Amino acid sequence: MKSRSISKTTRSNFITYGIVIAAYLIMQALIAADQVSSLLNGLLVPLCIYVIMAVSLNLTVGILGELSLGHAGFMCVGAFTSSLFSLCMEETLTSSMIRFPIAILIGAAAAAVMGLIVGIPVLRLKGDYLAIVTLAFGEIIKNVVNVIYLGRDASGFHFSMESTLALNMDETGTVLIKGAQGITGTPKDSTFTIGVVMVLITLIIVLNLIHSRTGRAVMAIRDNRIAAESIGINVTKYKLLAFTISAALAGVAGALYSHNLSSLAATQKNFGYNQSIMFLVYVVLGGIGNIRGSIIATVVLTLLPELLRSMDSYRMLIYAIVLIVMMLVNWSPAIIDFRKRHSLKNLLGKAARKEAR
Amino acid sequence: MKRMISLGMAAVLAVSMTACSSGNSAEETTAAAETTAAAGDAAETEAAGDDAAETEAAAGGTIKIGGIGPISGGTAIYGQAVMNGAQIAVDEINAAGGINGMTIEYQFEDDENDTTIAVNAYNSLKDWGMQILMGTVTSLPCVAVAAESANDNMFQLTPSGSAVECIQNDNAFRVCFSDPNQGAASAQYIGEHGLATKVAVIYDSSDVYSSGIYEKFAQEAANQGIEVTAAEAFTADSKTDFTVQLQKCKDSGAELVFLPIYYSEAALILTQADSMGFDTQFFGCDGLDGLLSVENFDTALAEGVMLLTPFAADAEDELTQSFVSKYEETYGGTPNQFAADAYDAIYAIKAAAEQAGITSDMSVSDICEAMKTAMTEITIDGLTGTGMTWTADGEPSKEPKAVMIENGAYTAM
Repeated sequence: MKSRSISKTTRSNFITYGIVIAAYLIMQALIAADQVSSLLNGLLVPLCIYVIMAVSLNLTVGILGELSLGHAGFMCVGAFTSSLFSLCMEETLTSSMIRFPIAILIGAAAAAVMGLIVGIPVLRLKGDYLAIVTLAFGEIIKNVVNVIYLGRDASGFHFSMESTLALNMDETGTVLIKGAQGITGTPKDSTFTIGVVMVLITLIIVLNLIHSRTGRAVMAIRDNRIAAESIGINVTKYKLLAFTISAALAGVAGALYSHNLSSLAATQKNFGYNQSIMFLVYVVLGGIGNIRGSIIATVVLTLLPELLRSMDSYRMLIYAIVLIVMMLVNWSPAIIDFRKRHSLKNLLGKAARKEAR
Repeated sequence: MKRMISLGMAAVLAVSMTACSSGNSAEETTAAAETTAAAGDAAETEAAGDDAAETEAAAGGTIKIGGIGPISGGTAIYGQAVMNGAQIAVDEINAAGGINGMTIEYQFEDDENDTTIAVNAYNSLKDWGMQILMGTVTSLPCVAVAAESANDNMFQLTPSGSAVECIQNDNAFRVCFSDPNQGAASAQYIGEHGLATKVAVIYDSSDVYSSGIYEKFAQEAANQGIEVTAAEAFTADSKTDFTVQLQKCKDSGAELVFLPIYYSEAALILTQADSMGFDTQFFGCDGLDGLLSVENFDTALAEGVMLLTPFAADAEDELTQSFVSKYEETYGGTPNQFAADAYDAIYAIKAAAEQAGITSDMSVSDICEAMKTAMTEITIDGLTGTGMTWTADGEPSKEPKAVMIENGAYTAM
């Protein structure tokens, strides 16, 4: 009996990996057959980025049970550090196959450090307070990045928080980070294949974490903190662990993001709180704590507004309606009840019972 | 858990509401683009015009020009101006027989001033069959799209992408001045005309346009013997209260305040300067164009403001007047320099395409190669300057014009 229950979670995990790999293979086949519009082709990498964001946020929201509204801030840190690395090393490390993985690792590490720094004071808070502080933190990261000026010339790096003129560089100098205008000229290293590999790595990390001893400890804290503490679980340690891993994965997504476009700036649109809430929407609609669900919700909600482009101004309207409908279908008690009574499994089960009779 | 769900619900509602409202605002403005986009073949495209003769032009095939810019969100006014300005030029050209007998098909996509969405819009236009790109409107998305268009070797002419990097690839050209050019030109103008020796600057550090102009201005000011007594920055998040910046400018003893910013903030600055009794000379760049049409703004405050702009809506020449009257008739409101840039961009594409002998069956890459050479050979008399020429690096060469606001109207100086 016991071995059966374990194989069930393993099987569920493999279904999730299988969906991602199957989607990848289908897309690759379609690309090879030249059946993919350039719009969809351009959306493949952003899709991977948002899936990673949704899965990593699900770790904080669904597994750790803490509402974080600053997830885009960690993505921002990952994006800028990895982009900076690539820009500096572009001449020395010409092969993008070596440079890009290092850039991703650096982005993840920087975001993890940020997650740790933020996590130590912030995770003492609970519920709404945590949400407010993480929201503020996301905004702070964005605004700090917006005043950083960094340049490089023969004598090394120059840093300023005023303007590029204040960097005092000689003629050989190039400006790497230009305040609110961000970084331009990041090499375009992100590809769909790398994106999918990163999605799979993210899934392996998160799913294995959930089903490990650590994951069970984290979920115990979520369900009842006092009970968990009373049986000797180190609450701070496990909370920080989950939060830091979640931030690191957001850093990976940031690295993919910054290497997908040649200009990178921290704006309200890409790293602001609206974006953080967008990721939360993916998680909530896909099901809090349900990794596979958040992947599907992300794909649907990212593709929808772009594929509806042909409908021009109605697209945002339809998008909003779909959001509301999905929300109702997923969370309204009446509909959940209806779904339970009329689910496929239920119908098949009924038919099977009838036959047996 | 329950609280979290309810919070999540609230978040979704908030998001969907913003999505709704932005969708609505875009609705009416995209209507113009829709009419062109919906038309399947060339003859139908002409439905927007009214001459029967123009259907003959369809014999030469069609050329597809795509446009990208923000037509929803905070910078929507710029994108809408470009969309409409270009539409007027396209209709005029089609009515007059098209480019080399080819009718123009024109489609405009929204990028919400976001780099990712701009690239999506670009890809979407590629699927539509775009052969020439007129865009994008704002600088940052333009840099992102420029990398893509360079990759595809597609000819790109941005009406208003003024950051240096927008046209760093050789397939990209622009109609407006680059930011550094405007900064240097402003400093030279102030220096040569002896307007002031002590200048204070208020600029938007989160904006490429504004800080680009400021940096070059500060460099050139030193050569012109101008002392920059105060350089006060604000960002997009804090652009409602300028009293601190104004007070510092006042205390520094500046004779002139340089405002390399857009008109909506400038209107606030002028109002606040007036209420704190700070009476000085204000000088701006083309971003100040539109100052007189700001709602609830006492235009008397703008008296004596000088600005360097390539386009003034009440210029006397025939071209400007016909453009302005067409714009007012079709879309309502006075066109700003973005609309004028877009209008000139379409005519520049026309001139270059005729020079290069573009035909509708050429590949995107061939068109680009031919257009690149042709762009450096043409001379255009447009709304934003007479005798405009382009160099191979994509920069236009035209004279900046200084105008002063007198009796509630722009007057050339």
